[in-house]
Parts: sequence; C-alpha cells; structure tokens
Amino acid sequence: MLSRVANTLYWMVRYVERADNLARLIDVNRHLLLDFESLDSERLSAFWKPIVLSTGDEELFGTLYETAGSAEVIHFLTDDKRNPNSIVSSIFQARESARTVRDQLSDELWEELNSLYLSLSGGDMKAMAESDPGKLYASIRRAALTFHGIASSTTTRNEAWEFMDLGRYLERADKTTRFLDIANYLPAGIDGGETGAPGVLHWSAILRSCGAMGAFRAEYQGEITPENVVRFLVFSRDFPRSVRFCMNRVDQSLHRISGSPRGTFSCEAEREAGRLFSELSYGSAGDAFEVGLHTFLDQLQGRFNKIGSEIFETYVLMPERVQSRPTETFTPISAALAWQMEQEQQQQ
Amino acid sequence: MEMFEGYEPGKFYDEMFAAPGQVRDYCGPLFNRFNGLTERDFLARKATCELYFLRQGITFNVYHDNQGTERIFPFDPVPRVIPAHEWELLEAGLSQRLMALNLFLHDIYHEQHILKDGIIPRHYIENAKHYRPEFRGINVPKDIYIHICGSDLVRGHDGTYYVLEDNGRCPSGASYLLENRNALKRAFPGLFDTLGVRSVDSYPRDLLDMLHYISPRPSDDPVCVLLTPGCHNSAYFEHCYLAREMGIEIVEGRDLVVVDNIVYMRTTTGLVRVDVIYRRIDDDFLDPTVFRKDSVLGVPGLMNAYRAGNVALANAVGTGVADDKVIYYFVPRIIQYYLGQDPILPNVPTYLASEEDDKKYILEHLPELVVKAANESGGYGMLMGPSASKAEIEKFRELIIADPRNYIAQPVVSLSRSPTWCDGTMEGRHIDLRPYIIYGRDIKIVPGGLTRVALTKDSLVVNSSQGGGSKDTWVLRH
Repeated sequence: MLSRVANTLYWMVRYVERADNLARLIDVNRHLLLDFESLDSERLSAFWKPIVLSTGDEELFGTLYETAGSAEVIHFLTDDKRNPNSIVSSIFQARESARTVRDQLSDELWEELNSLYLSLSGGDMKAMAESDPGKLYASIRRAALTFHGIASSTTTRNEAWEFMDLGRYLERADKTTRFLDIANYLPAGIDGGETGAPGVLHWSAILRSCGAMGAFRAEYQGEITPENVVRFLVFSRDFPRSVRFCMNRVDQSLHRISGSPRGTFSCEAEREAGRLFSELSYGSAGDAFEVGLHTFLDQLQGRFNKIGSEIFETYVLMPERVQSRPTETFTPISAALAWQMEQEQQQQ
Repeated sequence: MEMFEGYEPGKFYDEMFAAPGQVRDYCGPLFNRFNGLTERDFLARKATCELYFLRQGITFNVYHDNQGTERIFPFDPVPRVIPAHEWELLEAGLSQRLMALNLFLHDIYHEQHILKDGIIPRHYIENAKHYRPEFRGINVPKDIYIHICGSDLVRGHDGTYYVLEDNGRCPSGASYLLENRNALKRAFPGLFDTLGVRSVDSYPRDLLDMLHYISPRPSDDPVCVLLTPGCHNSAYFEHCYLAREMGIEIVEGRDLVVVDNIVYMRTTTGLVRVDVIYRRIDDDFLDPTVFRKDSVLGVPGLMNAYRAGNVALANAVGTGVADDKVIYYFVPRIIQYYLGQDPILPNVPTYLASEEDDKKYILEHLPELVVKAANESGGYGMLMGPSASKAEIEKFRELIIADPRNYIAQPVVSLSRSPTWCDGTMEGRHIDLRPYIIYGRDIKIVPGGLTRVALTKDSLVVNSSQGGGSKDTWVLRH
C-alpha cells in the first residue's frame, strides 16, 4: 500500500484511541473528586495538575491558563481546539485523516467517525459538556468502541489493518503508562494516603481509567496495592490494555507487515518492539519499583516513541527518499517540428 | 393541499408539465407519487437526503477551516425525467460529437489536415490557450484523447437539446450523479421498483474498463491510479469516491516518482509500477519540469514517461483546445469534416468576436447576448447581457475590443425548467444536464447525468459556485 496511506491510517486510529483514553481519564477523575469533601482551590489544583502533566502538554496549558482548576483542565483536555491533543482536536484530526484515506475505509467505519465528528462540531456538544458531561464522555467512549468494533468486523486483515492496529496499541500502551504515572505526580496525602504515597482511591481511579477494575478484581480479589496495579497494567499477559499485551500486538503486526518470523527482525522497529516485548514477558513489578516507577514508565514511553519513529522511518521515509531520475530533459518541441511549424506559418 | 397544486409552468419549456395542470405522459407515475405526499412527509424525506449527504461527508466547508460548519450542496428531491426516445437521441448525438472531437484532436496533434483544408483558420488553434504544440507527433494509447467527456446540455423554448459546451479536460461531478441516486433511493425506497428508471451503477465499472483498455503495457492486470491534487481540493470527495468504487489507489503527486521514464508509486514494500493515470489535475500542474514550475501537485518527469509511451493519461494532455469556446463554434463543421454527417445535437448559435462582422453584431447587441471568455468555466468571466448593469456591459465592451480572440457571444437560451421545492411550494427553476461519456473500447454513456438547477428565482446560472443545486436524473426504460 502507499506509504502515505499507511501513515495516515496509523494516525487516524491513534487519534481515536487518544480521544477514548482522555475521555476515560477525565470522567474517572471527575468521579473521584466526588469522594472528597470540599477541596480548596490549592488542593484542587494539586489534584488536576498531575492529569495535565500525564498528557505531556503542561507547557501549553501553562501558556493558556493561569490556574489549574477543574473547569480549566477539563476544558483544556476536552474541547479546547488550541490544544492539539484535546478530545475534540483528536477526533477532528482522526476524521481529517479518515477523509484523506476514505477509499480505504468501509462505509460504516467512515460514517461512524464522521458522525462523531459532526456531533462534536455542532453546538450540542458545548451544551452537553456543561449540562451533562458524564453523558458526553460516555458517548465519546461508546463511539470509539463502535469505531474499533466496526473496523474489526469490516476491515480485511491486510497491511492496512496492521498499520491501524499498530496505531491503536502503541497509543494505548503509551496512555496506560501515563495513567500510572499520575500517581507519581500526586502531592503527599491528598486522599489520605500515608506518608505521601497515593492511596487506594487513586490507584482504583487509575484502574477505572483503563476500564480494568472488574478484570483486576477477578485476578487479585480486590487487594489494590501499587505492586498489584503495576503487575496488572504493565505485565498482564491477557488484559487488553496492559503494556505487555499491547507490545505483543505491536510486535505481531510489525512481523505481519514485513513477513519476517517473530523472534527475528528485519528493521529497527521490529528489533526494538521484540526486545521490549521479551523484557516485559520475563519482567516483574519488582523491576519497576527498583528503578523507581516514574523512571520506569518514562523509559517505556521513550521506547514507544522510538518504535513509532522507526516505523515511520522504514515504511514512510525510506520510500520517500527515492528521487525522480529523468534520463533526458523535456525538449518542448523537436527541431524538425519547429521547422515544420514555421513552414506552416509561412503558408498562411 | 397537493404538492403541485397551483404550479405554474410559465412561458418556458417545463420538464414535467406540457401546460398548466397537464402532466407530460411519461412523468405521470412520478407526478402521482409526489403529488400525493403531505408536505410533512416530503420534508422528512428531503431531510433524509440531506442527512445522507452530511453523513457521507459530501460537504464543503463554509469558512475553509476547522471552526466552520460543514454544508451540503443543495439537493432537490424532485427528479428530472428523460424519456427513452429523448435519451436515444442524446446518446447518438453525444457519441457522434465525442468521436469527431477525438478525430479532431488526433489530427491537430499530427497532420493538421483540417487546418490545411481551411476548415478552421490556423491561428485559432495556435492561439488557443490549451493547445500543446510540444505534443505534436506524439502517439497516445489507442489514439484516444478525451476518455471522459462531460458536455453540458440545455433545452430551449421548444424543448430542443443544445450542446452548450464540451468539457474535455477533467470534467467533475460524476460522483454527485451516483450519490444523488443513492440519496433518493434512501429517501423514497418504494419509488424505483415500478417506474422503470434505468440504473446508473455501471459508471465506475465502465470507467475502470476504459482505464484498463488504454494501458500501454500488455498485462491482464494493469496498475491504474487516480491522481488527485490532494485532500484540500474541493472535488476530493469525488476523487476518493471514484477510486474506491473502482478499487484503485488514489495518489497525490508526491506518491509518484519517475525513474528512467517509468512511473512508480511509493509503497510500504518499495516502488510499484503504474500503467494508467486517471488524472484529476489540469495539464498545467502535471509536471513542474515542463509546465508550471511552481506546481507542487505534479510529478517531475511525468511528461517524459508519457511521451515515451510508458504510461497512459486519461484524459490526454492538450485536450483543452477542444474546450475552447472559439473551437466550440467550429464543432458542427468538425463533425461534418471528419464523419461526413450532420450534427445530431445542435450548438447554441455563436458569434466570434474575432470575426469583424460578428464583432460588430456583438458590440451592437450586448444587452441581449451572453458573452463568454473563451477559456473560462464555472460561470466565471461571463456577461449575462439582459440582467447586466450598464457598467458591466461597458466593461465587457472594452474587454472584447482589447482581446477579441478571447470572447464569444450567444443569444440567451431560456433553459428549460423543472418543478423544484422552494420554501414551501413547488416552483419552476431553470436546469441543465451534464451527461458523462466514456470513450474506451467503445463509447459508453451512463443513462443519467448531473442535472444542475439554478435555485434562485429566474436565474439561469446553475453552477454550484453561484447558488446552484442538483437533482437526480431519471432516464426511463420505455
């Protein structure tokens, strides 16, 4: 398939996944706030600031807003078009990508994404964000799930599909680590956690943001400790939002695209993905806490980025570097023809 | 109240009514279906059509940025009906015309017999803006130049069909023809089964067959692509739509590369050879090393590959000379010259400002005439004499005197009208018709076309850029 198209499909799905994750994150934290009684503005800011930090857009936030209260952060992450990674911006970019590669998508898939876009670009969205934000986030999550569902039931399992999958699982792995990282930004004792560590409420909020609460309980019978949460969200073999699960899929897609067997590599992206996947397969939560959770997560994010840029290098930049090679310059008119034309002019 | 109650056909040729209250017999079944609708039901169905266009993304952006709301192109649900006997005439006339235009282009780019025989004065060709002398003597695959033609037809007072212009470069709008039908089928699911309307579904297949046919490389499975200016082009929806319907890649200039006079596309698995390009980019932008140097849309080296015969282009380079409105004047003679036949479809009477007698007539009758620049389209560069202000008329007088080669004039054709929903009532609005003619192994015309409608009362300008909408076009089986 065309390199440009592969790249566009990859980003289309990444943006949908991004919007989905943000909707989860904001919604869960809004709910979490309800568990606290009257936070003053300073503590409120201490609560929301980590959310912004986790998205990596704190600099932009700082230039746009003076305070980090609920209203500001929620607006920044939800429908602020000045933030290229807000939910609305993500959906707009996903839809613009989809429009560009419309010929690759099933009718239903396009219609779903376009409908979401239309619903977010009308005036209704603003009204809903104010009157019933929960419903807004639920509808975005539902649309993202529907999008993935339609994609998986109407897309041929070809290269296009693998590039879409790459976008989804790289974004998801990245977001899962960022959710976990929120714990590291929280100030001491904000929700009653002893000695500065985030408490159970926060760890369960992180689980809920990943839609992992039920699955986690089934595995650990409700014992919400930092070790268990990290074990589950980073190292679980079977939970579809865990980093390891995502890396398995990334590695698999990369090998399906190149045709080389798993366990070997034919490009840097495969090498990095394979190495990371095996580290996660044989690693444990202890590794994470040994280097420090924040550092551990930070390193993971760096490696996701590396995989992403190597994919771009191999499948988009390399084909683009082929330059045109004309064997002759274009001669506007041959000498014989010029002579003939001159003769014809004379006859007039 | 019935939908067509009080409908006034006026003094024009009306497509549905022969006289007030008197429905043309072939429109009877359609009239009955629509007339029986309540306004509420009609509006609900109209809304269904509009929602369909919106959801399909057949829209344009009002403010050209992300903030703007998306609008659909206006669509009127009342179809325009063409009975079988009229369609037969159109098919014969359009085929004849396209055949002659192709022979003409081949001649112009080779021996130029028609100039040597004095049928068309040489200077008209050599001064035609879109004439490409650098392609003289070059053979194009299967000797076909205009592969897709979108001639614009209008009807006069008595219902006679006239060819208003030939669009032999990159005619657009075929996707609207197809999507108008899809929208109407959704809104009126029971409408089509008994009325004997011919299907338009074959268009993408015919288009692809033609592209395969002109491939210069003997192969069972030539690689065809659609070359688009990109996703910011206003016709991008159509490009995507047609590419998807045909199952071919849609490419931008940057996706293609020419190595040793062979065109390739850049794919994730390396370079893949391209045989046929259905290009939706004008000649000027195709190859920055030959035409406009500033074009970033094209492919450097493409013209060399084309001249070397390694890639086919649809349409060929240089067909614009046949679109020139001065050359239009000569089309009846072109048909006579190459085919020895009388034209089946007449031209609108035309005056050439570059001929002294005609110029005199034009300048004396400006308030009655339509003046057109020879190489403009989309309703630009035009003077509608009867509705123009004195200042506009004087402006055109100067333009014509300064550059007579660039202007033609025609009497106003009072375009036929079709009943159209206008804010609560059915009223007559002027329409035209753009059929799509494909020239490959043989000539095929999809039974239908894009009917454009001037939504503004009394307006004769149907272009979408100037307040026009469109309708579904029904060609009847009997």
